Amino acid sequence: MAFLEISALRKRFGNVDVLKGIDITLDKGGFLVLVGPSGCGKSTLLNTIAGLESISSGTISVEGQQINDLHPSKRDIAMVFQSYALYPNMSVAENIAFGMEMRGVPKDERDKAVAEVAKTLQIVPLLGRRPSQLSGGQRQRVAMGRALVRQPRVFLFDEPLSNLDAKLRVDMRVEIKRLHQRTGTTIVYVTHDQIEAMTLATRIAVLKDGELQQVGTPYEVYNSPANLFVADFMGSPSMNLLDGTVDKSNGAAQVVIVHPGSEPLRFPVPTSADVSQLANGAKVIFGIRPEAVNDLEGTDRNAKNIATFDGLVDIVEPAGSDTYVVTSLAGREVTARMRADVNVHRGQNQTFAFNLDKAVLFNPETTQRIGA
Amino acid sequence: MSALNPANAAPMPARRRSPWRSRVVIYGLLLIFAVLYLMPLVVMVMTSLKPMSEITGGNMFALPHDLTFEAWAKAWGTTCVGLTCAGIKGYFWNSIKMVVPAVFISTMLGALNGYVLTKWRFAGHRMVFGLMLFACFIPYQSVLIPMAVILGKLGYIGMNLKDMTGYSFGFGNATANLVLVHVVYGLGFTTLFFRNYYAAFPTELIKAAQIDGASFFQIFRRILLPNSAPIFIVTVIYQFTNIWNDFLFGSTFAAGDNAPMTVALNNVVNTSTGVIEYNVNMAAAIIAAAPTLFVYIVAGRYFVRGLMAGAVKG
Repeated sequence: MAFLEISALRKRFGNVDVLKGIDITLDKGGFLVLVGPSGCGKSTLLNTIAGLESISSGTISVEGQQINDLHPSKRDIAMVFQSYALYPNMSVAENIAFGMEMRGVPKDERDKAVAEVAKTLQIVPLLGRRPSQLSGGQRQRVAMGRALVRQPRVFLFDEPLSNLDAKLRVDMRVEIKRLHQRTGTTIVYVTHDQIEAMTLATRIAVLKDGELQQVGTPYEVYNSPANLFVADFMGSPSMNLLDGTVDKSNGAAQVVIVHPGSEPLRFPVPTSADVSQLANGAKVIFGIRPEAVNDLEGTDRNAKNIATFDGLVDIVEPAGSDTYVVTSLAGREVTARMRADVNVHRGQNQTFAFNLDKAVLFNPETTQRIGA
Repeated sequence: MSALNPANAAPMPARRRSPWRSRVVIYGLLLIFAVLYLMPLVVMVMTSLKPMSEITGGNMFALPHDLTFEAWAKAWGTTCVGLTCAGIKGYFWNSIKMVVPAVFISTMLGALNGYVLTKWRFAGHRMVFGLMLFACFIPYQSVLIPMAVILGKLGYIGMNLKDMTGYSFGFGNATANLVLVHVVYGLGFTTLFFRNYYAAFPTELIKAAQIDGASFFQIFRRILLPNSAPIFIVTVIYQFTNIWNDFLFGSTFAAGDNAPMTVALNNVVNTSTGVIEYNVNMAAAIIAAAPTLFVYIVAGRYFVRGLMAGAVKG
């Protein structure tokens, strides 16, 4: 039995379905990231786990115990809020100890636990201060301390890094990951930032309009997106998606991408897709990540199948560690992620190579990925 | 003016006056109004410090020649209020005994209402708040008769209780009655103040406290109240001033020895026998106004700040 189990969870506000039947499981010590565009219901889902919002139907269980009817304080969870929600009238130490105080933990035990957590988070010198005297990163730490000190079964994070500046966000991200690895706690984390999702998660759940799109490891979600939405949402720059057809007329099935002004591009169907069910000439959407598009020199030497085409370079974006080269194919933009020092210029004709091992196909009608 | 001459107008902006002239106008006006507003108080203070002979024979604006605090002593201790001549001190304490609980209870209930209306929303909370707002617009006079009926019933309960237990538990007590009236009447205002303040109070703090295991009242006492100082001060000042200055409810529901300060002051001033002792009247009036003045001076700067804090978000 999974540690955290959410099954057939529905949430209705009036006659609006905010969550439409969510099923997620998470093992003990797992790090589940709920990700999706704003308004997809991820924060609502987190609030229902916390007990801050009631659910319309379904169940939430932790360690086999159904908790969805329990008061938030009885669920043995802790939450870190987007605004940190530190009590402004209390010192840092009082903030951290408040939950224990409410539970009637004796003073000396509280002090010991606070000191321990403060040491872990390196906030010992801040204990006497008020939240208003702290910087954003320090507040974030205190908020985590308040959650950590109670040693709950599940930690909930509601977009905890979105109020920090870019550099601090990366630092705190690493810190959260380190914390998770060291303490082995079970975490549910909400974010709209797909990089946070990829870097932190052991499991990602992608939501859209209150519906679960895909649950899986970051690797699965990134490399085998369940549908076009996930493919487009995860990854930056996002996956290149091109309209094509399946041609089975000469033996082995091929993907054909018609490019105005030149020969149609033909290459074998990627191994990730089984097109035996598709009719000859069926429409597909060909998806490939920017890092699987390169020049010939930069292509993965272990790639088994490579397709090449010549294109005009529209835009060159040096990003420091990489250079993004944008061309167009069959009327769609194609972004290639090349080496930082690649010698490519705007307006130049360039040979691009698709690493087909990394490519996927989607059914344009159902938007689902065509599996193997 | 150079503006009248087009040839000279170019280098200098038209109709520009030197800054000190507008300063003079501004400070002049401020001074005039300050004098205008302070005049009555000055005359009151001066009159209260003069002996009667100086008042009847002299100029109202003249400084006191023979400075004396006799009038103050008489107003406080021996002047006649109605038929008893024991000064206004008893009535001053009457007012204190009424104002302090009335302000405290109405403010706490207003805070509790604001807390529920913003952080524990229930179906129809808008409607309830609307009705409470409506209470702010009810004229005093229209409350009198229904209130009299209710207080009459409470008095009856008090009589019965006294028959049964020998103690009335405050039912029918004039001061308790006035506290009740002022709490009920003030609740609309205090609720409005606190609701608007708490609407801007971050709800995440309440959620965090809930997860921390704090109960409804623990959240109120530990999280909300300690962060409500500005609006608390505003509400206290507002309620204190209103209740202390109330005359209508006081004169209607508390007669004789139970009357509050304002009613007693009226009885001192409106005496129909003997000489009108202006100096005593003035001293009594200043004593009657002193507590509100004191509250404003002590907490006044928070008043403006708090009003603003509540006004930004509604």
